[in-house]
Amino acid sequence: MTITVENLSRNFRNFKAVDNVSLTAEKGELLALLGPSGSGKTTLLRLIAGLEQPDSGSVIFEGEDVTRLDVRHRQVGFVFQHYGLFRHMTVTENIAFGLRIKNRRERPSKSQISERVQELLHLVQLDRLGQRHPDQLSGGQKQRVALARALAVEPRILLLDEPFGALDAGVRKDLRRWLRRLHDDLQLTTIVVTHDQDEAMELADRVVVMNRAKIIQAATPAKIYDQPNDPFVFRFLGAGSAVPLLFNTLGHWRSPKMALGGEVMAMLDRSERARQAAEAGDQQLDLFVRSHQFEMMADSKGDWRIRFAALTGRSIRFEVQYIGNIGNIGSIASQEPPSLNPGAPTPDALTYEVDLSREEAEENGLSLGTRVTLTVKSGLLFPR
Amino acid sequence: MFDLMSQWISAPICGLASPILPSVFANSCVRYFDGFWQTIILLILSVSAGFVLAMATALARLSQRKFLANVAAVYSYVFRGTPLLVQLFIAYYGIGSFGEEGLGSLLWLIFGNGWTVGLIILSLNTGAYSAEIIRGAVVNLPPGQMEAAKASGMSWLLAMYRIILPQAFRYCLPAYANEVVLLMKGSALVSTIAVMDLMGQTRTIYARSYQLEVYVNAAIMYLVIAGLITWLFRSLEKRLKVG
Repeated sequence: MTITVENLSRNFRNFKAVDNVSLTAEKGELLALLGPSGSGKTTLLRLIAGLEQPDSGSVIFEGEDVTRLDVRHRQVGFVFQHYGLFRHMTVTENIAFGLRIKNRRERPSKSQISERVQELLHLVQLDRLGQRHPDQLSGGQKQRVALARALAVEPRILLLDEPFGALDAGVRKDLRRWLRRLHDDLQLTTIVVTHDQDEAMELADRVVVMNRAKIIQAATPAKIYDQPNDPFVFRFLGAGSAVPLLFNTLGHWRSPKMALGGEVMAMLDRSERARQAAEAGDQQLDLFVRSHQFEMMADSKGDWRIRFAALTGRSIRFEVQYIGNIGNIGSIASQEPPSLNPGAPTPDALTYEVDLSREEAEENGLSLGTRVTLTVKSGLLFPR
Repeated sequence: MFDLMSQWISAPICGLASPILPSVFANSCVRYFDGFWQTIILLILSVSAGFVLAMATALARLSQRKFLANVAAVYSYVFRGTPLLVQLFIAYYGIGSFGEEGLGSLLWLIFGNGWTVGLIILSLNTGAYSAEIIRGAVVNLPPGQMEAAKASGMSWLLAMYRIILPQAFRYCLPAYANEVVLLMKGSALVSTIAVMDLMGQTRTIYARSYQLEVYVNAAIMYLVIAGLITWLFRSLEKRLKVG
């Protein structure tokens, strides 16, 4: 079923939780609402479910306006972050409950209910645990029971609020994959709220990035990562930072502190955005570079020094600090890190994270304290 | 009914037990047991009525309807804010003083009789206290139970009845057991409005003998009831415990 949200707004006193948001989830699509805490993603989900009433705007299920419909008539399956299982009932009773309370005309017979519960227990791989109480289950099992309960009433859509938020990393990963397979089998339009980038990228057909009560970008995981439309999206999905460019006398945008690779220079020369910035007489243009898009070479005269290195599995994360001339700020020709110079800019402003493979790092003899030169291999420009 | 109980229960027990009982107790054994049964029956009835009242009051206090919530709050405030003795006196001597002509025969049947007045006031009193205990337990339930219930298709009332109250009841059992013990001790006050409960009988026995032992015996019988209540709630807790 298609879910459409039109110009939806919800305020809590003076705080805008959801600000004029419009969004469509296609039939059978799995959407992830991704954003930092307080970005409005959970409120948006609750508005869609009917657990929250909007101040303005509308929620439409398959052409039917359900904005004023109570949650219990919307036929949504909702999975809560803290499971919300009924603790005085067994797993079986929990799952069957939504069916048992239906009015007589819609209610399946007792045998149909128990058959359906068995099916669902099998679906969530908890066949043998039907007689347990929620307190006797692990976190991952509880969440699967919650999901089975949500599916029991044959909902038109499935909404999950940080479903794996309270679980540890290994279980999260397993459940994530399992949920994806389940979705592929059921073909139910599904919206998942998460603050975990990896989860959103791995799980969703489309990722909806939210910040400050608004949707910043909604696109496929690949597009979100490769073509973010906003610095916020760029920073939120993966490590990276902005390299300031200055317009030089030869009519090119260049970084005063590091070299630009040929690919980047060609991109800058072609870029409409770079041309506009130059014509507008901008002082600075930010090039957004992922931490793996740098090249780093050992060089005893290099302007940068490695001040931190940590193994992150197959690659090493370096933190490099600028120790050369403080560029356009002044000419303090010092070999010391700027942090030791009074009045120098804060060291944080001049450090970058660089990811290199272990082999690359070893070949180039890079280790803590090595002086290096930095080159940007590729990067992105954003409209102002 | 109490005459029958006296004849068929109290008398045989005392007949069998009197040789091994201390003389003060043995001499008034049947009176003690008559009082004992009255107290027990008064408790069973007032706890049952009070529980139903407490559930209804707690629901009303939690409801979205302002009027209902206010009525329940006032009731709870009045009965928790005044001494039980004052409540008994107002009902028995105050309302009762209008007599059969003033009240009509039906009301007189209730207010002209210390036993029914005692039962009603004890029920109203424990209802008010227990409502607060239940309400506290509901408020302290983990959040999301009501929402989860609604998302499963339940109405507010159904969710309360099937999801919230059953869980709250388990939570508040220890506090509720305490309230029942308090009610048992408070029930001694009905002896002031001419009810021959355990305390009423004890006073009569004392008036005849002036021996302090008479009250010690009563205290021991009250302790037995308290022990019974505690044991009853313990086993209830065990049975309802989850996981």
